[in-house]
Amino acid sequence: MIDWPLEVFRTLKKAQVRQVGYVPDAGHKRLIELCLADRAMEAVVLSTEEEGIGLAAGAWLGGARSALLMQSSGVGNCINVLGMVRECRFPLLVLVTMRGEHGEFNPWQVPMGQATPGVLTAMDVAVHFARTPEEVVPMVDAAARLAFGSYQAAAVLISQRVIGIKSFQEQSAR
Amino acid sequence: MKATLKRREVVKALLRDRGRLLVVAGLGSTAWDCTAAGDSALTFPMWGAMGTAAMVGLGLALAQPKRRVLVITGDGEMLMGLGSLATIGARRPANLSVVVIDNERYGETGMQETHTSRGVDLAAAALACGFREAMGVGAREELSSLRKAVHAGAGPLFAQIKVAAEKLPPVLPPREGAVLKARFRRALLGPKADLD
Repeated sequence: MIDWPLEVFRTLKKAQVRQVGYVPDAGHKRLIELCLADRAMEAVVLSTEEEGIGLAAGAWLGGARSALLMQSSGVGNCINVLGMVRECRFPLLVLVTMRGEHGEFNPWQVPMGQATPGVLTAMDVAVHFARTPEEVVPMVDAAARLAFGSYQAAAVLISQRVIGIKSFQEQSAR
Repeated sequence: MKATLKRREVVKALLRDRGRLLVVAGLGSTAWDCTAAGDSALTFPMWGAMGTAAMVGLGLALAQPKRRVLVITGDGEMLMGLGSLATIGARRPANLSVVVIDNERYGETGMQETHTSRGVDLAAAALACGFREAMGVGAREELSSLRKAVHAGAGPLFAQIKVAAEKLPPVLPPREGAVLKARFRRALLGPKADLD
């Protein structure tokens, strides 16, 4: 079993990411804890995902690279402010844990989960979809290089199949 | 009580001798106010992304802990991102100030009244969210101490300045986002801005 959250954290460090905005998600739990424990990293808890787009813009204005962690339901909250990312050509790296997708148990998660790749594509965010644990780290590495090397907005969607939560009971036990 | 302060004079007073201050201007009237006070590469005037000005200020303040960061925005823009007051209050950066120029109107869309015209107190909200200091400002004499606090006080600082509801001719900064971003980074980071 690959420890992908740890490897993703190492990839973010290697990419010189200094700020991480996040809205908590069960799938990002370990990665958030690793970011919070790193004294050289500013981990900022957000009240809604669109705040993270502003945070990333401000970080880049100040010369810092950043990443944004959210669940797929949060992607919808970002649509309008992603217009700023495109207009200003801010680099943006977003790691999205998916819901409403592979074996979802909550029907209210399904519409936004199913729309997530389309919404990101519509706002000019390059989508990488990791469907197995083995794909996550290389995709985060590629997305980070696309974001900071080519000044693009890039997202890695991490499938529910990778996260593997199959019920409410399992979710709350994490 | 009727607001008597004039927004252009208020912003000009706050930005006088701004030195190394970094400024984020919320979209609409506050961006025009900042431009009227003197266009600067170290001002990032926003033309969209309503509700995120304070968060752009937070990201900048965390990236540049040795510089002072001032967000100047309107009441309507702040109301759209009220949660960011909680996010800033939870992180408490000492070098960040958020100043709301409150005319109690949505100025760009026909001067419709905002929530603040019905008593919503943004300074009280900021204080409740954990800002170190949050004040309501209504008199000219209060501006110089506010300016001093923006430059040297312990933040995060919040001020809600009541201004008259005036319809003024816009004074426009450059529009293109990529240009505004690049000129800000060059002015702040020097030549290495384009090599990262």
